[in-house]
Amino acid sequence: MKSFKNHLSLVIALVSILFTIQVFTVVDRSIDAYKDKLTKNYSLVIVSQNKLLPKELKAKVSTIADVIELSPESVIKKLNTKISKNNIELLKATLPRFYKLKLAIYPSPDEIQKIRKKLLKIKSITKVESFSATHDTIYNLLLLFKTVISVLAFAILIVTVLLIFKELRIWQFKHNERMNIMSLFGAPTWLRSAVLFRLAIVDALIASVVNFGIFSYIASSSWVSQELKTIGIHIVVFDKVNDFLSGLAISVTLSILLAAFIVLGHKEEV
Amino acid sequence: MDKVIIANNLSLAYSNDDTIINKVNFSVDTGSFIFITGASGSGKSTLLKSLYGALKPIEGSLVVGGVELKSVSKKKLNFLRKHLGIVFQDYKLVKEWTIEKNIMLPLIINGYEKSVTQNQVDSLLKHVRLQHQAGKYPQELSGGEQQRVAMARALAHNPTVILADEPTGNLDDYSSQLIWNLLEGANEQLETTVIVVTHHIPETMKVEYKHYHIESGDIREVI
Repeated sequence: MKSFKNHLSLVIALVSILFTIQVFTVVDRSIDAYKDKLTKNYSLVIVSQNKLLPKELKAKVSTIADVIELSPESVIKKLNTKISKNNIELLKATLPRFYKLKLAIYPSPDEIQKIRKKLLKIKSITKVESFSATHDTIYNLLLLFKTVISVLAFAILIVTVLLIFKELRIWQFKHNERMNIMSLFGAPTWLRSAVLFRLAIVDALIASVVNFGIFSYIASSSWVSQELKTIGIHIVVFDKVNDFLSGLAISVTLSILLAAFIVLGHKEEV
Repeated sequence: MDKVIIANNLSLAYSNDDTIINKVNFSVDTGSFIFITGASGSGKSTLLKSLYGALKPIEGSLVVGGVELKSVSKKKLNFLRKHLGIVFQDYKLVKEWTIEKNIMLPLIINGYEKSVTQNQVDSLLKHVRLQHQAGKYPQELSGGEQQRVAMARALAHNPTVILADEPTGNLDDYSSQLIWNLLEGANEQLETTVIVVTHHIPETMKVEYKHYHIESGDIREVI
């Protein structure tokens, strides 16, 4: 029971770190997926006096993914009842050209301003419509959401690290006695600290497995997939290989660091 | 006869202005049985600590088993300690280990094979009459039993020197006699050098021994 309690304190601290990191990863993935979705739907519209070549536009603005020329037909259709065919043809010839620009990224308001300026430097372009009001609201909302999650994750990490330091002091006290006794019988440092490192690695493994269980359950839950479907994104909530391995690497590194601090801080009693 | 311990002008202190042992000279023959007596606070345990390198001399030299302890490296100190068997007044058993594992400790450190280790532990448990307590933890045993475990641990790897700090203090007669018998047996049969710090030398001693007394920072042989 005592040994179980000893394991539990570090395992809980490690699980909360892994949980926080994974939640942050999931939120980050969701925001990225949502940005991708917005990028697909977002475009700038430019008005030009002359025909523009996509190559020319892409050379000016590298983030342009696609250039689609908008047909003036829909505008003219609204007028064609009142204007003669000849005048319509004349109108077609004098109307400026409209282009829809698809971007490779979901730009920040600053990036939009930069793109606007670059495009307006092209003489024939007379207007750039970025639909900035709607765009900026969505962008700022995403940014706010990500910042809140980052602050929350950071706060949890700080608390957990403090918990781990408290645990370190308990371990130091507990293991110093055994390490002193082993030292009195001539045990080299590696042998004295072997138990500690074994314990740290076992705890890291347990924490990773617990984290694996929690997120495998969350990832397979219908509530989560329903929510993602509602938002209209598809993300990997928990990659059973990569996420597990990175979680394991983080917890092993942290617990080995903890054990190393204890070994380095060990002072033989006189 | 070979000397296992040589002290020249040895001074010991926990801090510079508080010398406990002051410029003493003494030597210990290999295979001898030594008692060190003295009043409480006279420096008996301090001297013993210096013999296993837990306290470095502030002056003079101290050589144990060929190792100079004044400026000893950690590696050499570990080498020396592997050849020592230490019995502490407060037992110093690892609480989270069973009796069996506690006795195994010096054998593990000295790299003995598992089969040899197990046989040696079984035999020692019989010698200290604790064969039925092997799986228990130190806190489940009485003080006398814990000291018998500490004794078995000190003997496990057939050390060259046994250093015992008041090994029978506060023990019942049965445990005390058992410990004296084991120390005498190691000295007689294995020619192990035994150095015991104690308040009282038992009257039942069968082996030949030397008696040193510490007083006012000085050590003298009592003849």
